[in-house]
Amino acid sequence: MEKRTVFSSYAIPAALLLPQLLITIVFFYLPAGQAVWQSFQLEDAFGTSTQFVGFENYQILFSKPEYFKAMGVTLIFSSAVAFMSLSISLLLAVMANKHIAGAGAYKTLLIWPYAVAPAVAGVLWLFMFQPSLGMVSGVLKTWGIDWNPLLNSNHAMILLVMAATWKQISYNFLFFLAGLQSIPHSLIEAASIDGARPARRFWSIVFPLLSPTTFFLLVVNITYVFFDTFGIIDAVTGGGPAGSTTTLVFKVYHDGKSGGDLGLSAAQSVILMILVVGLTAIQFKYIERKVSY
Amino acid sequence: MSIFSKTALMAATALTLAASPALAQVEIQWWHAMTGANNDVVNKLAADFNASQKEYKVVATYKGSYADTMNAGIAAFRAGNAPHIMQVFEVGTASMMAAGKAIKPVHELMKEAGEKFDPAAYLPSVAGYYSTVKGEMLSFPFNSSSTVMWYNKDAFKKAGLNPDAPPKTWPEVFDHAKKLQGAGYASCGFSTAWITWVNIEQFSVWHNIPIGTKANGIDGFDTEFKINSPVHVKHWANLAELQKTKTFDYSGRTNTGEGRFTSGECPIFLTSSAFLGNVKANAKFDWANAPMPYYPDVAGAPQNSTLGGASLWVMGGKAANDYKGVAKFFTFLSDTDRQAKLHTDSGYLPITTAAYNKVKASGYYKDNPYNETPLKELTNKPPTENSRGLRFGNLVQIRDIWAEEIEEILTGKKTPQAGADAMVSRGNAVLRQFERTVSR
Repeated sequence: MEKRTVFSSYAIPAALLLPQLLITIVFFYLPAGQAVWQSFQLEDAFGTSTQFVGFENYQILFSKPEYFKAMGVTLIFSSAVAFMSLSISLLLAVMANKHIAGAGAYKTLLIWPYAVAPAVAGVLWLFMFQPSLGMVSGVLKTWGIDWNPLLNSNHAMILLVMAATWKQISYNFLFFLAGLQSIPHSLIEAASIDGARPARRFWSIVFPLLSPTTFFLLVVNITYVFFDTFGIIDAVTGGGPAGSTTTLVFKVYHDGKSGGDLGLSAAQSVILMILVVGLTAIQFKYIERKVSY
Repeated sequence: MSIFSKTALMAATALTLAASPALAQVEIQWWHAMTGANNDVVNKLAADFNASQKEYKVVATYKGSYADTMNAGIAAFRAGNAPHIMQVFEVGTASMMAAGKAIKPVHELMKEAGEKFDPAAYLPSVAGYYSTVKGEMLSFPFNSSSTVMWYNKDAFKKAGLNPDAPPKTWPEVFDHAKKLQGAGYASCGFSTAWITWVNIEQFSVWHNIPIGTKANGIDGFDTEFKINSPVHVKHWANLAELQKTKTFDYSGRTNTGEGRFTSGECPIFLTSSAFLGNVKANAKFDWANAPMPYYPDVAGAPQNSTLGGASLWVMGGKAANDYKGVAKFFTFLSDTDRQAKLHTDSGYLPITTAAYNKVKASGYYKDNPYNETPLKELTNKPPTENSRGLRFGNLVQIRDIWAEEIEEILTGKKTPQAGADAMVSRGNAVLRQFERTVSR
């Protein structure tokens, strides 16, 4: 039998939906609509003259090889960060879920980095890995590694992935921990009695039962890397060396801010929006099938 | 709160308001990007001006880096609450000049306010940078600097080099740097901050070769870059070759690498003359500075250098009385004694000829020769078409593009010629984009 609340009129459900709808409209649909509108315009930085130019901004964008390079960089960066942050935080959550002394303190410390602003996180890593003054780069030098993120694009990318991953681990950790705690102990005990070893228990029972959490985090993490990492990139590498860490969102930010070209920047954010919506749709259509709730 | 005390409070408030001269004062908002010792200088200037008269009150607000300050000002203008005065770095000059009614040209401001104003009183290389082709000053020069070569005298002694005879030419710098590497400075023989400002903009001007057509963009927005000349390409080829052995070692796009000089890692370092305060405070060795090096086989080199630093732009759309206050403040800033003191305190250049002569006459430069190096560079020869200054729209963005290509050259991913050609073609694309937005 279906449980259902029946309202006598439309007024109450409408009133209940209204706050959420208002927030969505004001903070999502209006700015997104404005970005679409702006992407068809040509405007100077001060906004003293505005002109409708149709698809000119998009044409310019797709005529630039740098834009396609940024797409490639985004692909590498987002898959690296999503994979690293999900796997490391899952590992940490499994560890913290055990009955150990001081588990509370570990949990608090692991959640802490989430409160750090992206730019601050970036600067923190930048200092540690600064080629001539950084502590970590000093250690690397004694190992014979010529650490130089200013010119070596692999080093710059590694540094960024570390900073962005570190920033996201706390969030993932929190959800994984909650997910782990909701798995009934009886299932795991039963498997133990049947003779399953810890690794087997994890992959056959825990991991499949965590799949809704993992799927949710995958979507959230991809969105995070696509949208929220420009602060870290700006602080750590500035998109360099030679554009090797310029992702799509950093390009949106950079072309709009230092280029003062809002039309072109808006066109990029519209494309980015379409990409992320598409990506999320694909995730829901194909990956969600493998999720068991 | 009882009724009695409420009334008393209201009465007291009314009284203070009536009695306070602040009521009649006009506030002048001044947004700036000065940190550390120079922030104190700015605050003191505002305080001194406020104490000198009763009608106006200058409120100085720190708004972050140069780029941040400019962006904040632009955003504020779009929102309809721009500051009166905005400090904009030299790179943003072309963008500000193209801003139309968003700005109030300084020559107009001074004329309308009836303030005495003689553009000829300002150092030509300084005033020229911020004036139209007709010589009308658009923004008020505030803090100006130039590129100089800082060097570590102790390191020179260690390497058996004469600390009082700094290298004059690029080949000499390369040679010195190699010797310094042998004397314990293996990780960095020499380096530069602001890779594009030093090695493209100043480099071109100092060698009297064009950065772009139309007198480096001063004569029109339809300018094109010329920075793939044989001299430019040769310089990149040299730096790329030296990068392999770290005789030259790249220090990034901005000045975050300056610490490599004060920490003693890089014994030769080219950057702004305004690095002075930092060097004084942090270098634990004997140091000096010298003019930028040049290639001796380039005819006419060295020419003169060009400016770095920032100027004050007056934003448009304010009340006439507000502008009067701004004009009075600019007159206050131009005062010879004040300029002379600003120069010796901050390490920035004096902006008026009178202030320069006054400091010179006082014998200050005999004990502080490093304060005069940038001035000697700026006034080395009468400016030419190629050395008057430069004015390219969206230069902030173009500098990033150039730096990308430089990074490709230094890592050997592109040949110096291919990199320089790309700097020109990609830079031109941004110039056309800028032209597209301003000319409609």
